[in-house]
Amino acid sequence: MSEYEPKLVGFLCNWCSYAGADLAGVSRFQYPTNLRVIRVMCSGRVHPAHILEAFKDGADGVLVAGCHIPTDCHYISGNFKAQRRVAMVKKLMEQLGIEPERLRLEWISAAEGDKFAKTIREMTEDLKKLGPSPVAKVLKEAD
Amino acid sequence: MAPRIGVFICRCGINIAAYVDVPKVVEYAKTLPGVAYAEENMYTCSSDGLNKIKEAIKKHNLDRVVVASCTPRTHEPLFQATCEEAGVNKYLFEMANIRDQCSWVHMREPEKATKKAKDLIRMAVAKAALLEPDDEPEIDVIPSTLVIGGGVSGMRAALSVADQGFDVTIVEKEPALGGKLRGFDSLFPHKQKASEVLEPLIEKVTTHPRIRVLTESRLKSVYGFIGNFDIGVETGKGVETLKVGTIIVAVGAEVLKPRGLYLYGEDPRVVTQSELEQLLHTGSVNAEKIVMIQCSGSRSAERPYCSRICCNEAVKNALNVTEKGKEVYILYRDLQTYGIHYSRLEQEAKRKGIRFLKYQADKPPTITAEPNGLKVSVYSPTVNETVEVTANMLVLSTPLVPVSDAKELSQMLKVPLDSNGFFMEAHVKLRPIDFATDGIFVCGTAHSPKDIGESVAQALGVASRASIPMAKKRVRTAAIMSQVDQTRCSGCGTCIDVCPYNALRKNEKGLAETIAAVCKGCGVCGATCPEKAITMHHFTDEQIQAQGLAALEED
Ligand code: SF4
Ligand code: SF4
Ligand code: FES
Repeated sequence: MSEYEPKLVGFLCNWCSYAGADLAGVSRFQYPTNLRVIRVMCSGRVHPAHILEAFKDGADGVLVAGCHIPTDCHYISGNFKAQRRVAMVKKLMEQLGIEPERLRLEWISAAEGDKFAKTIREMTEDLKKLGPSPVAKVLKEAD
Repeated sequence: MAPRIGVFICRCGINIAAYVDVPKVVEYAKTLPGVAYAEENMYTCSSDGLNKIKEAIKKHNLDRVVVASCTPRTHEPLFQATCEEAGVNKYLFEMANIRDQCSWVHMREPEKATKKAKDLIRMAVAKAALLEPDDEPEIDVIPSTLVIGGGVSGMRAALSVADQGFDVTIVEKEPALGGKLRGFDSLFPHKQKASEVLEPLIEKVTTHPRIRVLTESRLKSVYGFIGNFDIGVETGKGVETLKVGTIIVAVGAEVLKPRGLYLYGEDPRVVTQSELEQLLHTGSVNAEKIVMIQCSGSRSAERPYCSRICCNEAVKNALNVTEKGKEVYILYRDLQTYGIHYSRLEQEAKRKGIRFLKYQADKPPTITAEPNGLKVSVYSPTVNETVEVTANMLVLSTPLVPVSDAKELSQMLKVPLDSNGFFMEAHVKLRPIDFATDGIFVCGTAHSPKDIGESVAQALGVASRASIPMAKKRVRTAAIMSQVDQTRCSGCGTCIDVCPYNALRKNEKGLAETIAAVCKGCGVCGATCPEKAITMHHFTDEQIQAQGLAALEED
C-alpha cells in the first residue's frame, strides 16, 4: 500500500506569501507535493466558510498565509482580520472534535522562500502523524 | 451557455517539461468540464506562443483562457493583453502555476509533480468556468513624483523626470544633497574626482524649476495608490503633505562599520575603505605600508552577499596610494573585478606592484597591534604557509548594508525587502526596477550594492518608468473590487467599519455601496458581511469554493 498522503489546501495572499512560494520555486527549495494553492489578494479575504468548506470537501489540512504583522499587509490590516478568523475557526474545530493543528496560519514574506518550503514540509509531516481528517464525518453529523 | 475554455500548457523549455509529463497533462486537460481545446507550447509567453493563443481563440471559438505555466505575478498581464487582442476580456483569463509552485519544487518526484500539475489545472479551469468579464475604472494620475533620497541616484532620477515636464519633490534626510558620494575622493574606473560629478549635479537639481528639495526631512506616512499617493513628510517646520502620482525609492545604502572586526574601532590604524577615501580626499595618508582586507563582514553567515563594489574600490584606492609611493597588499578571497573597466584596473594594479594575496574564509587573517605597526598574519593557500606583514594601516573593505530605516520605509510603502534587507524588485529579469506595487520604483544601492554607473542607469530607468503613467494622464486600475447586492444588504454597516480605505458608504436607502475608484479589492469586507451581500469581483466565494473543491477531487 502506498503511504498516506495528506491533502493540504493553502490560501496565500498575493503580495507576500504567494510571492514567497514563487521564490521557493526560483530557489529550487524542494518540498512535498501535497499542497494545492488558492491565490487570494489578501489573507483578509479568507472567510471562515472558505476554510470549513475546504475541510468539508476533504482537506486534511488548511494553511492560511499572509504578510507579517503588524504592518506588512498590502491592505493595511487584512492580516489581523485573518488572525482573528483563524483563531475563531480553530476554536470551532476544537468544539467539533477536529484537531485544530490541521489549520495553520503563517506570516511569510516575499523574501521567505525558505520559510515557505519549511512550512509545507512541517505541515505535511504533522498531518501524516495526525492521519486522515475526521472532518467530513464530523461535519456531516453536525449537519 | 456552456463555457468554452482553452488551456495552454507551457513546457517552459525544460523548466516544466523535464519534471512534469506535459503531453499527459494536455490529454488530461482535454477531459475537464468546459474545456474546448488544450495544447502544449514550448514557451507560451514567446510571440509564437501568444499567437497560438490568439489563433486558437478564433479557431475554436474560445471564451475563456487558462495558461498553465509560471506565476501570474509576472506573466498574467502579458497573457491578459493577448486575450484582449483576440477579443476575450482580460478577466476571463486564469493561470495555473505549474512551474514556480510545482515543477521547480518537486524536481525529484516527477510522477507526483505531474499529478499536482493536473490538479492545479483542474482548479484553474474550475475557476475559469465561473469568471465574468469586468471593466476597469480609470483614474487621473497626479503629474508629480516623490523621490526618496537625494544621492546620485535620486538626483539623476529627479532631473530626468523633471526634464520630461513633471514636478518632483526630493526628500533627503541629511542636511545636504549628495548622499554617500559626498565622502568620496575619486571614482573608479577613471579616477575622476567625485566632486566633479557631484557639484554640477547638485547645481542642476537645486536650480531646476520643477524640482523641490526638502532636506533634513523624513517620510512619515504613505497612503493611496498609483496616480494618487498622499504623502506625509516631516520637515524641520512640521509635517507637510504632498500629493503625488508616482514614487521613486532612492534611499541608497550605508557602509558597514564592523566594530570589533580586525581591531576596527579599537585601534585607530584600522579604517574602512570609505574612511580611507575621506583621508585621500583631505589629502593625508600617513602610512607607508598598507594592508587591505576584502570581504570584511561580507560573504559571511550573517551577510552572505557579495557587496559588488569593494574589490574595485580597493584596487582603485590601492592604485591611488601607490602613486604616492606606498606599498599595498590586498588580501582577498576571490577578486571580483568584473567587466571591461575593472579587469583592466586589476591588470594595472598588478603591473604597478600591488601585491594580491589570497586567504581562505575559514582561516581569516589575524591582527596584532604592536607599537611599530599592525602585524597581519595570514595563511596563504597558494604557497601553503602563513605570511606575515607589518603594516602602518589596515583598510577593511566592508560591504554596503541597507539603510537603518529600510524596514520602516518598506512597511510604509508596502513594498518588500529581500533576505539581506535591501529593497526587492518585482522580478529580477523582467521587472528589475519596479516594485510589484504599481507606481512605486527602486533604483541605486537601495536595491543592492552597485557602482555609480549602474546606479545612474537604474535612475534613468525608473525616471522613465515613473513618467509613463504621468504622460498617459490616466491609468486603469484593477477591476478586482467589491460590489454590494442591494437586495441582500441589511444596512448593518459592518463592511464600512472594516474597510481600511473608506471605500464603502451608505446610499440614500441606507444600504452599503462601493466607491469603485477607491476600493482596492482586498476582500476584507466580503469575508465579513454577515448577509453575504458582497461579491468580490474576480475572487468570488463561488470561484474560491470551486477551486477548493477541484483541489480535493480525485482525478
Ligand atoms: S456588511 Fe453586508 S449587510 Fe452590512 S452593510 Fe455591509 S454589505 Fe450591507
Ligand atoms: S474590498 Fe477592501 S477596499 Fe474594497 S470595499 Fe471591501 S474592504 Fe474596502
Ligand atoms: S496582502 Fe498579504 S496579508 Fe494582506
